[in-house]
Amino acid sequence: MSSALKISGIRKCFGKGDKTVEVLKRIDIDVAPGEFLILVGPSGCGKSTLLNIIAGLEEPTEGSISIGERNVVGVPPAQRDIAMVFQSYALYPTMSVAENIGFALEIRKVPKAERQTRIAEVAAMLQIEHLLDRRPSQLSGGQRQRVAMGRALARNPQLFLFDEPLSNLDAKLRVEMRAEIKRLHQLSGITSVYVTHDQVEAMTLGSRIAVMKGGVLQQLGTPDEIYNRPANTYVATFIGSPTMNLVEGRAASGQFVIAGVALALTAPDNASKPTLLGLRPEHIRLSDAATWRGVVNLVEPTGADTYVVVETPAGKLTVRAAPQTQVRPGDAVGLEIQADHVTWFDQASGLRL
Amino acid sequence: MQKHRLETLIPKLVVAPGLVLGFAFIYGFMIWNGVLSVTASRMLPNYELVGLAQYAKLWEMDRWWVALKNLAIFGIGYVGGAMALGVFLAVLLDQKVRAEGFIRTVYLYPMALSFVVTGTAWKWLLNPSMGLEKLMHDWGWESFSFGWLVDSEMAIYCVVIAGIWQSAGFAMALFLAGLRGIDDSIIKAAQIDGASLPRIYWRIVLPALRPVFFSTLMVLSHLAIKSFDLIMALTSGGPGYATDVPATFMYAMSFTRGQIGLGAASATMMLATVAALVVPYLYSELRGQSHER
Amino acid sequence: MSVKFFSMHVFSRALLYVTLLVGAAFFLAPLYVMVVTSLKDADEIRQNSLVSLPGGINFDAWRLAWDSACTGAQCSGLEPFFWNSVWMTIPAVLISTTWGALNGYVLSLWKFRGSETLFAFLLFGVFMPFQVVLLPMSQVLGWLGMSSSIAGLILVHLLAGLPSTTLFFRNYYAAVPKDLLNAARMDGAGFWMIFRRIIVPMSTPIVMVTLIWQFTQIWNDFLFGVAFSGADSKPITVGLNNLANTTSSVKAYNVDMAAALIAGLPTMLVYVVAGRYFVRGLTAGAVKG
Repeated sequence: MSSALKISGIRKCFGKGDKTVEVLKRIDIDVAPGEFLILVGPSGCGKSTLLNIIAGLEEPTEGSISIGERNVVGVPPAQRDIAMVFQSYALYPTMSVAENIGFALEIRKVPKAERQTRIAEVAAMLQIEHLLDRRPSQLSGGQRQRVAMGRALARNPQLFLFDEPLSNLDAKLRVEMRAEIKRLHQLSGITSVYVTHDQVEAMTLGSRIAVMKGGVLQQLGTPDEIYNRPANTYVATFIGSPTMNLVEGRAASGQFVIAGVALALTAPDNASKPTLLGLRPEHIRLSDAATWRGVVNLVEPTGADTYVVVETPAGKLTVRAAPQTQVRPGDAVGLEIQADHVTWFDQASGLRL
Repeated sequence: MQKHRLETLIPKLVVAPGLVLGFAFIYGFMIWNGVLSVTASRMLPNYELVGLAQYAKLWEMDRWWVALKNLAIFGIGYVGGAMALGVFLAVLLDQKVRAEGFIRTVYLYPMALSFVVTGTAWKWLLNPSMGLEKLMHDWGWESFSFGWLVDSEMAIYCVVIAGIWQSAGFAMALFLAGLRGIDDSIIKAAQIDGASLPRIYWRIVLPALRPVFFSTLMVLSHLAIKSFDLIMALTSGGPGYATDVPATFMYAMSFTRGQIGLGAASATMMLATVAALVVPYLYSELRGQSHER
Repeated sequence: MSVKFFSMHVFSRALLYVTLLVGAAFFLAPLYVMVVTSLKDADEIRQNSLVSLPGGINFDAWRLAWDSACTGAQCSGLEPFFWNSVWMTIPAVLISTTWGALNGYVLSLWKFRGSETLFAFLLFGVFMPFQVVLLPMSQVLGWLGMSSSIAGLILVHLLAGLPSTTLFFRNYYAAVPKDLLNAARMDGAGFWMIFRRIIVPMSTPIVMVTLIWQFTQIWNDFLFGVAFSGADSKPITVGLNNLANTTSSVKAYNVDMAAALIAGLPTMLVYVVAGRYFVRGLTAGAVKG
């Protein structure tokens, strides 16, 4: 099966001599046609740089990019058959919405009638027909976002690039627009690469997620793989809110010994060194009968759940409890683990065992 | 690929004439002028090199020393006076005055005039027999005499007055912009902390105005050094050459007295003075900007 | 911000306004004197006070200043000089503004290696004393056959104004968001398309500032006018200076004042109509450095 986008051996360095910074260390990703790939990671992890390299706005130090079957390194952005939606929308301030959407077509000398049709089509898809004569300064944030997407859609490109498009919107609008983007992707089927630092966006939008840190690809997988089988502690704690609990301990004679208590868990065979036990908050239950005891530190009701932070000799753990749970700071509680949902990590390397 | 290479070439081609011609005009001519200043040129350029003879001659001339003295007097008076008046007016205008826009327009309009117009007007105002002196006499102050304009010692001060009139509004506009740029919340915090008004001015407002102070100082100083129009119109450098400044000296030597080499030397001296003032300032400004990025 | 030096107390406010009015009087007085003097006849000037109003409105001095006052050897008033200034100023302003816009566009949005350093060196031209270019320039104008001509003056003003106009536009365009350019590049727009369709439409404020700044500088210039012009190409500032300094038998102060007003009116009018752009130019140029 051909890939719509092939990123091979991409490296990017900035600066010269001893001030060289390696922003991307070696990235290899194959994106299938129609996929929605998310690049997620903290600031400075290189995700925006990678997106710019795919777009052709920056050149890689090493490596190649292929869009469709075409190697596009050295090809200017306008000729790569891609479209991009920017964080700041970057709408042309002195042009109307219709002109903004049709600008790329205008440059390619598409005849006026065809252009108008296409603009109308796109406007209908995004429900912005009533805004076509307005200027960007007269639009709200959400409307500008739609126009930015319309501009990209009008090109009908092979590849769609998104650079943190929802970061400038307020929380409620962000949720709405997220659904919009998902809907549009299902409608158009265009291969997309989406950069964000928000792991919720990553999980809800992506068909595959690439978690990045320090210019290195930490893990590439489906949301399920990323969430339930994280490749290392970084991915494990990056995805999922509240974060996965990590507890230090050692495997000894069929049990896992942590500070203060031996748990009836069997670590994997190669777990003789110090090991980390990964437990997501929803996989721990408060139980009076459990052997692992602790004291309630903090109670955070969110309406749908209540998060209880429990202080144990092995550290603080966050537990996801039912909304009507009646505990108070200072209460003594026991922690019960769902054994088939634990993840094991080697403490030294952080890799999953 | 071809198109890409062309794309990076076009901007350079577009800016090339500007940069080439600009550099030729600034640095090329600067060097050429420097060369002229070490030649024996008189009426016409003559490229026989004479080392620093022209400079030696320059520094022996009484007229040049008069010009320098006048530059010092004018420079300090004009820059100091315009800035002082400018700060004062800016502080006043900052007090939420009604019709502020109108008053600002009135204070600033002299900047729109040519120095020649200003000089001509003030020449009439300070006319010994018909101007200010006569006005004072008409108003009853019989003993008032104001012959400064034709007095060798005092004429330069007339230039100072006219200069301040022209530029005080400009200094005011800059300081007003600076005052307006000070964050309100800092003042409010100081007031809540119980600081008195003079203290607020001394410790918060004035220090915050330092950048504006320096850029205004820079602009006014280089205007002072370059002053030519005002003196020509107000006094023609006179009486005699009592109000000569380096700029009028240079013009006289180069275009009226057929002493091109000497004129070039005086121009180089002017350049050196301006450079000594402006280059450190520009360097620190541009340094600061690139660090911000 | 407003540090209330003067509280809302009536006395303090009154003092504030009085001081401001005295200041206004100081700045307006010369203009007032110029106007009333230009409307008086010779007797009134001699006999009445400097600040007295004219007996009747008499435009004779203005007529003389315009078409028959003596400016050295010629006695045709300021009219020819006025037109010289017009033919010199308008092309110079338009060309230098356009040129500055193109240079500023490249230096802010299409930077290349060394462009920032080159710009820094160009910046010195904003401050340098033009005395240093007078002698070489007159040589060059001679070689080009342009000495003593309006074309020659236009050329000088173009070169002298290049650093300032470039500075204005470069600083203005530097504030254009990088994403906007990237979006345009992705849409397929190149250097000229971006300039024409995106940059120019958003340039109105800075174009106004530059036009007005350049108009004021060039119309008011005296140094280049007196150094490079010939008998037929002297601008109005030179004409005025000659007029006011001719040693004829009887000094006609009313004519002098009328002439000064004629010379000063164009830039004053521009200032009154579009003053805020002028101020923006002043403060932008100086505060930004």
